[in-house]
Amino acid sequence: MTIGSTPVKFKITIDNEQCMLCERCIENCSYGVFRREGQKIIPDSRKCTACHRCMAMCPRDAITMQEKPNDYRSHPVWTREAREAIYNQAKTGRIILSGMGNAADYPIIFDRLVLDACQVTNPSIDPLREPMELRTYIGKKPRRVKVSKKGSGDYNLETKLAPNLKLETPIMIGHMSYGAISLNAQLSMAKAVSEVGTFMGTGEGGLHKDLYPYQNNMIVQVASGRFGVDINYLERGAAIEIKVGQGAKPGIGGHLPGEKVSEDVSKTRMIPLHSDAISPAPHHDIYSIEDLAQLVRSLKEATEWKKPVFVKIAAVHHAPAIAAGIARSSADAVVVDGFRGGTGAAPRVFRDNVGIPIEAAVAAVDEKLRDQGVRNEISVIASGGIRDSADLTKTIALGADAVYIGTAALVAMGCRVCGSCYRGLCPWGIATQRQDLVDRLNPDEASHNVANLINGWTLELAELMGAAGINSIESLRGNRDRLRGYMLDEGIMKVLDVKMVGA
Amino acid sequence: MCGIISVIDRSKNYMDGGAIKNALALMNERGSGEGAGYAVYGAYPDYKDYYALHVFYDNIVEPKEAVEELLEKWGKIEYAEEIPTYEQDRLRKQHIPWRYFFKPDIRLLAGTCSPEEDAIINIVNKVNTEIKGALIFSSGKDIGVFKASGWPEDVANFYRIEDYEGYIWMGHNRYPTNTSGWWGGAHPFNLLNWSVIHNGEITSYGTNRRYIESFGYKCTMKTDTEVVAYLADLLGRRHELPEELSVKALAPPFWDDIDRMSENERDLHTALRMAYGGALMNGPFAIVIAKPEGIVGFTDRIKLRPMIAAESGDRLYISSEEAAIRTMEQNLDRVWMPSAGEPVIGMVRR
Repeated sequence: MTIGSTPVKFKITIDNEQCMLCERCIENCSYGVFRREGQKIIPDSRKCTACHRCMAMCPRDAITMQEKPNDYRSHPVWTREAREAIYNQAKTGRIILSGMGNAADYPIIFDRLVLDACQVTNPSIDPLREPMELRTYIGKKPRRVKVSKKGSGDYNLETKLAPNLKLETPIMIGHMSYGAISLNAQLSMAKAVSEVGTFMGTGEGGLHKDLYPYQNNMIVQVASGRFGVDINYLERGAAIEIKVGQGAKPGIGGHLPGEKVSEDVSKTRMIPLHSDAISPAPHHDIYSIEDLAQLVRSLKEATEWKKPVFVKIAAVHHAPAIAAGIARSSADAVVVDGFRGGTGAAPRVFRDNVGIPIEAAVAAVDEKLRDQGVRNEISVIASGGIRDSADLTKTIALGADAVYIGTAALVAMGCRVCGSCYRGLCPWGIATQRQDLVDRLNPDEASHNVANLINGWTLELAELMGAAGINSIESLRGNRDRLRGYMLDEGIMKVLDVKMVGA
Repeated sequence: MCGIISVIDRSKNYMDGGAIKNALALMNERGSGEGAGYAVYGAYPDYKDYYALHVFYDNIVEPKEAVEELLEKWGKIEYAEEIPTYEQDRLRKQHIPWRYFFKPDIRLLAGTCSPEEDAIINIVNKVNTEIKGALIFSSGKDIGVFKASGWPEDVANFYRIEDYEGYIWMGHNRYPTNTSGWWGGAHPFNLLNWSVIHNGEITSYGTNRRYIESFGYKCTMKTDTEVVAYLADLLGRRHELPEELSVKALAPPFWDDIDRMSENERDLHTALRMAYGGALMNGPFAIVIAKPEGIVGFTDRIKLRPMIAAESGDRLYISSEEAAIRTMEQNLDRVWMPSAGEPVIGMVRR
């Protein structure tokens, strides 16, 4: 024991005056924190992940959790995280795995951007009394519309429209695979998106047959592992997404620990039971932009050009140039995933250090596509760290057509962002395949929570637009004049093409 | 708040500028005396094949020399003169207005199917962004814009507007907010054959500007009205949309209404909205756009600014106020209040 044990991260205390020994904490904690000894519940704090399940279920509020009760001597360079990572690797010699999104202390650009509202010279529009349009079409748009005049004097549309996804709100749920999350979690979100008129991604884990009833609102994903991909899968999706990269771990493939590959997951993904599902870093048939264009066309051919095809990339330094290349293919939308994007499992060093924030990525991608005169023909979907309707509104004002949310949808189902998804023991029944845990999540109830979240954000977006004197989402898209930077540096404001407050 | 008025004689009978002066001055309640202007189509019959470039000079030394050097490089100046002006008590000459009748040499420009027009756009952009002390504010054929900072009647008298005749007239009485009352900021705004008068503010300006700039236009005038002219040019000239469909792209019907249309119409309007989402104009406005073939007036989708139309024989009037129209013509055949987003179109008879 050269290193010894490190300080516990969370300390659990039971108030024995309050505790009624109902043992709900013992039943609910999948990490095994609690045990009963005689007339007392004894916690083993070291096992705690701060998932809050025990507290949420305790009928007496008898459980208290304290974060970092013992800390290290404070030091600005050798932080607790830096030291613990070294202890961890000194013990294991491995790559450190982590869950959820970027946890490094970078400033959040969204928090330094403020929105505009109307006063006098242009009246604000009241969404309670006037129409407010959020309908968004995702897919290829014609550059121009051609019409001819019929004998009756009516106009005839000569331009043929490519198939688009019709969204009633510009909020979609991003790709979280069956395997990374439970079937009940996917079902809950699928029901929610069907109800509110938007879409969700399947992730790279295939499409379980229980989700077939919601397939018209699901975007199927083709990732580098090609898990679960066959013609049946492609044909069931409302759209197809090629996943090139992911914001949480740009440059590497997906990683599903074997513990989460249950029998059903193995069947849906078409991989062996309990085997780690490690997708290759690149697609083995994409080594250049023309290869990607070819895959886009192949998928379109396979589905008779009836489905939009998206390409998802991680927000990296050259994202704008890559997006411009994608725009020149037959792809209908480019998805840009910022470095705050969540994940079930990613190497910590990637999660916290690789990629750029979505705010800058969206602005730069939108700008590049406009410079090249193709912005209007392809949709831009942004994701990675969108926390509320303000982030959503700002993302659209920076140039996105729509957003994908991920973590926010999980939080709506109870997730406490404890970041232990890769362990497969999620006590909320979300990031787990253990049936007793999965059963804790009731899709009928959870789907309401997810739908409520989307509806709530949609109402707030409508209010923000109305206040800005805008009654159609098209007029918010890329309308950076309605944003101002507050305490942002000049360089960033130039990238975002926003003025500073007061200007 | 601003006041606008426009009239077209569809048989191309010419009207002098006396009547519109009185109509515009009647709406002084809508202005602040910091900007007014007029546009007239049919102004220069003797030079109708030449682009009439109206320029504001701060002085007639360096900027004038630079502009003329540029024009001579790009084509031929057929005739040039100072625009006659007559100082008023409340309106002194802040700039020296000059006009050139100019023809660009189309052999100097490659890669365009409308070399004359693109050459003029280049020249206007260059003068307005690069030559200090010069501003081209009117650049169409047989079209003249006359504007300044002042009350409508003073601006009219300054240029003796009643001495001009034309078959389309536009007038604008300005209450500035976004830009100070500088002469260039007064309306009408003109580029090539397009002129725009605009009461309102475009809340989608940022989106519209980014959209139009991706088609190669440059917004240089610090005013949202400029973008309207470019959008009209893109949709009408380059994309060849008929006027009523251009308006439907700029101020489209709501989705709820589109969903209730017949299949054919629904497809058409869906396509327009999908293709031209970036051109959709939001915010309160009443706008009249003119080109040599006619005028189109329309408001924003929920009509947050007033617009009224009237007809008398071959003449179609569009204005902020009925009273203004009635100063021009007592006997109107028809007066009506167009609904939000509904275009009022007056084209010359062929």
